[in-house]
Amino acid sequence: MYDIKSIYEAKSVDDAIKALSGDPKAVVICGGSDVLIKIREGKLSGASLVSINGLEELKGVSLDEDGTIVILPATTFSKVTGSKIIEKYIPALGFAADQAGGPQLRHVGTIGGNVCNGVTSADTASTLLTLNAELEITGPNGKRSVKLEDFYEGPGKVKLSHGELLTAIKIKKPDYEGFDGCYIKYAMRNAMDIATLGCAVHVKFDGSKTKIDELRLAFGVAAPTPIRCYKAEAVLKGRTVSEALGEIGSLALLEVNPRTSWRASKEFREQLVRELSGRALKEAAAKAGGVSS
Amino acid sequence: MKIINMIVNEKPVEVAIDERESLADTLRDRLYLTSVKKGCEVGECGACTVLIDGEAIDSCIYLAVWAAGKRILTVEGITKPNGELDPIQQAFVDECAVQCGFCTPGLIMTAVEIVGSGRKYTRDEIRRLISGHLCRCTGYQNIINAIERVVEETHKVVSK
Ligand SMILES: Cc1cc2nc3c(=O)[nH]c(=O)nc-3n(C[C@H](O)[C@H](O)[C@H](O)COP(=O)(O)OP(=O)(O)OC[C@H]3O[C@@H](n4cnc5c(N)ncnc54)[C@H](O)[C@@H]3O)c2cc1C
Ligand code: FES
Ligand code: FES
Repeated sequence: MYDIKSIYEAKSVDDAIKALSGDPKAVVICGGSDVLIKIREGKLSGASLVSINGLEELKGVSLDEDGTIVILPATTFSKVTGSKIIEKYIPALGFAADQAGGPQLRHVGTIGGNVCNGVTSADTASTLLTLNAELEITGPNGKRSVKLEDFYEGPGKVKLSHGELLTAIKIKKPDYEGFDGCYIKYAMRNAMDIATLGCAVHVKFDGSKTKIDELRLAFGVAAPTPIRCYKAEAVLKGRTVSEALGEIGSLALLEVNPRTSWRASKEFREQLVRELSGRALKEAAAKAGGVSS
Repeated sequence: MKIINMIVNEKPVEVAIDERESLADTLRDRLYLTSVKKGCEVGECGACTVLIDGEAIDSCIYLAVWAAGKRILTVEGITKPNGELDPIQQAFVDECAVQCGFCTPGLIMTAVEIVGSGRKYTRDEIRRLISGHLCRCTGYQNIINAIERVVEETHKVVSK
């Protein structure tokens, strides 16, 4: 039995927003794999829940006419990985979603929950950052749009007012077309473990496949929230893969700010930033057919 | 209390639940399906694994209210009415994949999902697919042997 005060099963997005607006203390629950654990731990005991778990209108992945990939928030990790659209256009995101927890967890945990919990270790977050994901937020006053990176406020905190819901994650065509990506999760165990560090890269080459046309680099657990390394990206534009491989680790270190936790020390995380950024670039570049000389 | 309808082990059931309970609570305490074990109750151990609409989930972190209208399968539902074991259960017996047995029902349900996919898997893929289960006794090797064997046998039957 969970220590829950009440649970309201919303019938639609509008209904959920209404229910939330009517109860200043209500908490949104989707797959529940964060919220229910917090209730068990006593951090959210006695919560009033508004459940969007059953809402079909919030599930699925689709492709808009202009090529925008629309991922609805209640899509589970396993459905993200299994989506033909994700597999075809942004396989690195499908791979990242497949690194969370274990198989049973991936059938309940959702990509929207992974974004809204605001935690730096969220496995899909860094890859979504490298795809310039945009979020559609729906609230009592209608819809607004926010870039994922602007959504993060601090550890476990996102810019979501009470009564608002994440209703779509959008990735525009220029942000994935021609790019290849890679996500590396470093954890103490191969499964059922939170990342010690996560590193995501998306890269696009020029016509000759020798020079980097655009590079995007992001980390989880290298700062209080998932972060992009814009300065490193700017420096590495126009470089060959081998040039970039020599520099990416030290450039990335200038922008991250990892801390010591019981899982790993700051120094170890810095070593991971240096090492994994190179590995992820190498792998992404290999997929992109980049010539590494 | 709230009344929900679901299909449990192929049979429609109507059950009055407390909205605060997990599906594991409902299956064990109201429907007496005690194959569903509770090890950690926070989604870490897999002892409470059941299939919902064919997908293996940890029933301890799944609210019972969400199960309304869904098809639930537990180990009780795969055993034949005359008590004969399902080939997956038999493989666990034959390969000595059971010691204390606490993790077994959950692992069997994950195996049902694996076998049901109709695909063939390498040993490493099987290891990954059962990574949501903890077993404190067997060291996993015999569990993987058992699943590997059913997958092989099923595949033979399917491809005939
Ligand atoms: C055993 C276990 C292992 C785990 N392993 C990993 C792991 O390896 N990697 C990882 O990244 N995570 C892991 N997690 C955490 C969790 O599974 C993920 O963060 C998941 O994405 C949460 O999604 P959910 O729908 O279950 O979240 P919920 O618990 O339903 O919600 C999470 C948060 O987001 C809010 N929320 C959810 N949906 C919306 C929405 N549409 N609009 C507004 N707010 C919303 C909720 O209010 C809550 O604050 C693990 C959890 C468990 C229990
Ligand atoms: S009891 Fe459900 S996962 Fe451990
Ligand atoms: S047989 Fe004892 S926990 Fe697996």
